[in-house]
Order: sequence, then C-alpha cells, then structure tokens
Amino acid sequence: MINLSVNGQSLSTDAAPETPLLWVIRDHLGMTGTKFGCGMGLCGACTVHIDGAPTRSCQTALSAVAGKTITTIEGLSADRSHAVQKAWLEIDVPQCGYCQSGQIMSAAALLKSNPNPSDADIDTAMSGNICRCGTYPRIRKAIHRAAEILKTGA
Amino acid sequence: MSAQELDISRRGFLKASAAVSGGFILALTLPGCDSKPAGKAGAGAGGQPNAWLKIKGDNSITVLVDRSEMGQGVYTSLTQLLAEELELPMDKITVEAAPPGDVYINKLVGGQVTGGSTSVQDAWVKLRTAGAQARHMLIAAAAQQWGVDASQCRVANATIINAHGKTLTYGDVAEAASKMTPPKDVKLKAYGDFKLIGQPVARLDSPGKVDGSAQFGIDVKLPGMLYASLAQSPVLGGKVKSFDAAAAEKMPGVVKVVNTSGGVAVIAEHFWQAKSARDAIKIQWDAGPNAKLSNASIRAMLKKGAASDKGLSALAAGDVASAFKGAAKTVNAVYELPLLAHATLEPMNCTADVKADGCDVYVGTQVQQVAQAVSAKACGLKPEQVRVFTTLLGGGFGRRLDIDFIPPAVEASKAVGKPVKLIWTREDDTTHDTYRPPGYDEISGAFDAKGALTGWKFHITGPSITARMFPPVTGVDPFAVEAAANYPYDVPNVAVNYTRQEIGIDVGYMRSVSHALNCFVAESFMDELAHAAGKDPYAFRAELLGKKPRFKRVLEQCAKHANWGRIDKGHFQGIALMEGYGTYLAQVVEISTEHDQLKIHKIVCVVDCGRMVNPRIVESQIQSSIVFGLTSSLWGEITLADGKVQQTNFHQYRLLRNSETPPIEVKLLDSEDEPGGIGEPATALVAPALCNAIFAATGKRIRSLPIGAQKVLKI
Repeated sequence: MINLSVNGQSLSTDAAPETPLLWVIRDHLGMTGTKFGCGMGLCGACTVHIDGAPTRSCQTALSAVAGKTITTIEGLSADRSHAVQKAWLEIDVPQCGYCQSGQIMSAAALLKSNPNPSDADIDTAMSGNICRCGTYPRIRKAIHRAAEILKTGA
Repeated sequence: MSAQELDISRRGFLKASAAVSGGFILALTLPGCDSKPAGKAGAGAGGQPNAWLKIKGDNSITVLVDRSEMGQGVYTSLTQLLAEELELPMDKITVEAAPPGDVYINKLVGGQVTGGSTSVQDAWVKLRTAGAQARHMLIAAAAQQWGVDASQCRVANATIINAHGKTLTYGDVAEAASKMTPPKDVKLKAYGDFKLIGQPVARLDSPGKVDGSAQFGIDVKLPGMLYASLAQSPVLGGKVKSFDAAAAEKMPGVVKVVNTSGGVAVIAEHFWQAKSARDAIKIQWDAGPNAKLSNASIRAMLKKGAASDKGLSALAAGDVASAFKGAAKTVNAVYELPLLAHATLEPMNCTADVKADGCDVYVGTQVQQVAQAVSAKACGLKPEQVRVFTTLLGGGFGRRLDIDFIPPAVEASKAVGKPVKLIWTREDDTTHDTYRPPGYDEISGAFDAKGALTGWKFHITGPSITARMFPPVTGVDPFAVEAAANYPYDVPNVAVNYTRQEIGIDVGYMRSVSHALNCFVAESFMDELAHAAGKDPYAFRAELLGKKPRFKRVLEQCAKHANWGRIDKGHFQGIALMEGYGTYLAQVVEISTEHDQLKIHKIVCVVDCGRMVNPRIVESQIQSSIVFGLTSSLWGEITLADGKVQQTNFHQYRLLRNSETPPIEVKLLDSEDEPGGIGEPATALVAPALCNAIFAATGKRIRSLPIGAQKVLKI
C-alpha cells in the first residue's frame, strides 16, 4: 500500500508502484477530472499539482509521489471559486472541455508564481497544454482576467 | 418516475407530424409511460425518456438534446431554441443527452447524426415549434384548472400567470398538460421578439468543464467494471493470424484476453494493467493487401486515377473546351493534399455492459443509432435491446461519426459478462484513425484576348468517404466536391469533375470535409490567376462576384477589416473566400518572412452565417476552426510505410499550441438569412489564405500541404 495526500485527504492505494499517477487518480481513486491525452507528457491534459508544482501525472510514477501533496482539478476549489475557474466561466473558455482541467491547473500554477503574467509568460507556462478545439485566444484572455480577479477580488 | 412529467413522445410525434408539413406536432405520453419501449422504431428502449422535454412536479426542467456536445455548443444553442418559446430561464435547465430514436433524426442528414454543421439548421424551426407547442399545452392545463380562458394566461420564468395575477408553475400542471392534445398550428415568435436567441448566453456545459465533473466517455464508471486495451493490426486493414497470451494472462490484474473483431483485447481490473499486459502478448498478424502501402504508392494510385479519365461532372457551365481552345492564355497546376488524423484529445473509447437480455453502451458518439445497431450486432441482441448513453465528446471533428471502437468493447464485455471500458492509447488513436482523404487535383484557367477569365477546369481525384459509410455511391461523392461545386465567381465556362480513386484504407469525414481540400486548391489557384492577370488578388475576386452579393459582402468586409493593402512594410497578406454549410466567409492572413522565418501576425475572418442563436459560441467556433485549419496547414500529415502509419503521438503529429496561435479577429456580420452552420467552414480558408500570403511575400507558390514539409520557410 502506498499512502498519498490528494486534495487534502490521506488516501492509500494498492496500485503497483510503477503505475503512472494519472491512472491511480482516475481508476483507483475515482477522480476522473484529470485526463489522459497522450501518455507521453506532450499534451498536458493530465496536469496536477505536486507540492504546488504543475506536473504531468502520466509521466509520474506512483512510487515517486508517496508522502507528497497532490492537488487535482477536484481539489482546486470546492465550488468553482478559484479565480481561474471564475475567469474561465466568465469568458466561457471550454469547448469540448477535455483539456480544460489541465489548462486550468497550469494556469493556476502560473498565477500562483506570477500573479501578473505577460503574454510571453503565458506562452511559456501554457505551451505544454494542447487544446485541439483551439480555445487558446480565450485561455489567454481568461488568464489575464483571473489575474485581475486575484488583484481586485472581482 | 414519481413526479408528474411532461414527456413529448416520439410516437406521438411520428403520428402527428405526418399531418403537417414544415413543422412538428408533439403528442404527450402519460407520466410514467416513458419506461415502455417506444415501439417499432425502437427509440428509448428500456426506460429512457423520449423527445426534448421533461418537467417534473418540482418544476425542475430537463431538456434532452439530440445532438452530441463535442465543443460546438449544441447543449446550449439547441436549448436556447426550445427555451425561447417556452420562456424558460436558461439557468434552471438541466441538459441530458437524448437516446437513439427516429424522432431525433437530423432531416438534413437523414439519420440521428451530429455532423455537417447542421445541428442549428435542422433544429431552427423544429425546436422552437416543440417549445411553442409545449407552452400551449401547459397554458391550456393551467387555464382548465383555473376555469379561465387560455387567452387570459401568459407565461414567464417557467410559470403560467392569469389575468388575476395567480400563478402555477410548469411543474404544477405538467401532468395535466401531458394529457392535452397538442395544438396543430402554433405561431412562433417574431424574430424581433426573441429574448434568448441571438444572445451570448453562457454555455450550460461550462461549469462541469471547469471543475472536472464533466463526464466524457473515458470517465464512465460502472459497478464491477473492468478495463480493456486493444492491440490492433499495425498494418491498416490487417488481421490477427494467431497470438500467444500466456505471459500476459499471468500478469497482475489480467482477467481475460479476447480476440475481438477489432484486434486482441486484454481485459484487466485496471487500465494500466490491461495496457501493460497487452504489450506482453505475442501476435502474428496477417498484414493483408496493404502490406506494402506507402505515401508513394498512394500518390501513384491517385495520379493514375486522375490520368485514367476526366471524371464525373460535379458542376458544368458553358463550353469549357471552346474556352480553352480559344484562350489567349492558360494557366495549369496540380495541387496535392495529405492524409490527416482527427486527433481528438480524448482518445477513442467505449464502455459496454452486456447482459443476457440487454446491453448498455456508454460512448461519445456522433451517431447514436448506428452505435446502437453495431452494438446489437456485436453482442447478438436486437437494436431495441441496446441502450446508448451519449457522454460528452472530448472532441469529435468527424472521428466519432465512425464506430470502429464500439464493437470490440461490446465483444469484450460479452466475453467476461461484466461491464468493460475499452480505452485506446494515443498511439492507437493516431495509427488507427479513419483519416481525411488525400487529394490529387488538376486545375486550369483560361483567359481570353481581353484578359478576362473565361474558363475554369477543376478535376478532383481521391477516395470516397461516402461510398464506404453510406453505400452505394455510384456518381459523384458530394462530400468530395463541396466547395468545388459551389464555385462563386462569374466565369462563363466551368467544369468541375470528380474521379473516385480508392487507396486501400478507410478514409473519414473530418471537420469541413472536402471544403478544406477544395478551398485550398480553388482559392490558391484563384490567386495564381490573379497574378497571371496582373491584378490584385482581392480586386480580381471582387470583380467576379457581381452576381453573388453574400460572397461579395464578406470579401469586401474582410478586406476592410484586415486593412487589405494598407499594412506595415515587410508584411504581406493573402485572402480566401468560401461558402460552406450555408455560411459565407472570407479570411485574410497577414504575415512577415524576415530571415525566412514565417511569422503570422494575424488572421481576420469575416462571417455571414445568417441569424445567430448564440454569437458567443459562433465566435468561439470560428476561432476554433482557424486554429484547427492552421494546424493542418502548417504540419498536418499522416504518412505510411509498409502499410503502417508512421506518426504515433503528438511529437510526430504536431498540434498548434497557445504560444503558436496568432491573434485571430472574428467579425460577425448582421444577417437576416436563415442560420448557416458554424462548426466547420472557417477551417477551410486558412490554408489558401496563408499560402497566398506566402506567395505575396516570397513569390513561391505552395501547391502541396503541409506548408512545413515544403521547406519554403522556417515555421
């Protein structure tokens, strides 16, 4: 059994230690907001926070995260109240929505380390997250809006 | 179903709609009756409600949307149509995916299909009528309860209000309303009275997509469910000869290894176990007829097809032979397009639960009835014994019009007697797509002695998607010539011909379908002709659009918004024009090429899509289509060697990223025409507009895609 801290809860799993964290989160722990897109760390759909850092869970073995703090989209807020989620809703970013958990987790991590990102900062932080629907123009707009929400509270 | 429920039935619909043309009459079933199988046509077997609306006693309202939500916004836009006439507040509505059923047939397609950018066009009158009829019945029920005349009642906010100010909610009278006879004729709101239609209403599917609760096919979880991974023939079209699963069967969690119609499925307690064990199976494949298939052999087939005949006529005007014979100048070119993969971000997957007397299938599909039929066949049951639950689709783009990923899941579930979720890996998805057809097109233009364009010959050669999916097709595949057969320019002698040339592998419909192939060729070549005539590419087109005002308006407006010809030094522009799915569009791409590096400064797209249901969604679909088209233009290419697809994942099949997306300006024109489709057409204009800009900058004409493979510029 391996013990994990996910979204503030202590959980344990009997999954094999080499299992990618993505599949542990999805299949063993039943949290399906984190998505499988490529299995090679190329698309960012599986992005979670490990000790606060945005991480591709498809490239992270379960054994590597024992004792670490993991946050998934389900743990970002209880009620879509995170500034990124608010901005995403205000601007209606998602289309098919499949990549959006990963986009939001990357954006949340960006804003935590850089509360006022420039377009170039957004390019760097978000280039690991593919959106096949091409919601990029709205993602960019929503990150700027989320920064504003963080600053002004509204 | 405990509460009163207004349930507009498919059977009643079918019975009554025959009496009325151009509209739809709804009948209502009694509350609780929705659990009965719906009869011969088989909709909603086993307890699924029919049609579009459920109202419970607590006034909770569910709209059943009969088109698949794959990002294009139908859960919201179709609900707006129904809610407009019913005076429903959007934030009170729950959306549910409709089951398979004839009532849900898309009359523009002829099946329950989400595709062809037809959802709003098909629903435009149908769902407003459905809403108006339900409103009449609810009012009638309330009026009867009050003992007043229905004309003294009005509705607002899902409530009926009478002249004395008394109110009843829709839920209060839903049961009584369900017993009313639906009105035969209803008057729909005048366009000027719309409150929801035309408004940028917030998407109903967004909340679940920002908190991770949205349920895609891959997220389905059933009690006792197992997972499967499928080994498919590496050579397209190959079959399993034999396999040795001894090692795999001993691996942790593995329950069974099954030879399905689609390949060898490993079924295990968890997906990672199934995938790991799959890699341990030794399979002997019979490569079949494609063992030596390659890009070169496909190209040779297309070239041979093109040379073999002049093709079937898709469009003919005037006397092309004479125009070319008497021409002062002719221009000729050959254009080629590659195979493309859909690359939905959610890989193909399907969850099936086969029992002795029924089968449940949970799947992101664009074709519910076909999914039902193939599932039934795969488990040996009747279609009405199969329930199809449509999940959200993590991208469709036409890939989920195919059903190849469904039967193996059903077969796997049947083999173990438990629910099984079969998930393709990204590699499975990229190497086993039903690819967009390649193209090999010959095109010519003729000028007379005065320099007027008098002849246009366009010969398209490629495999037929429609012949595979909807056989037989004996003539021109209409989905191979869409934009070509809709040539907008005022040229007296035109011949568009089509030669079907199969290439040995399955090809599929992909966003904007043949518009993307045709428009690249036709609009690039129009640019070639403009330069041959010594004219500005915009002016050259505009002069030939005197008889086509909607084309002309978008072209002029696009030139205006893009500041055509009035841009920074060192910048260059390209323009393209098209109508697709009833929507008229023009695009201008502005680039620079300093140090041979392509930089796209902006893409401007002007759109006349008729009346809009939700301009916010329309804008997002145009942006989306442009990103999709730009990906294809720059990098999109599937190649084959020895019958195997050489691209496996996103490092080889590159998709546009945020940092690579140029500013996109979308201008939506006011229009009083009927709604056009919006999910696809803007995809098609990117390649020609961009390649025309590259010609303006470099003098190099790109006649084969992707641009990246042509080595004209660094991209």
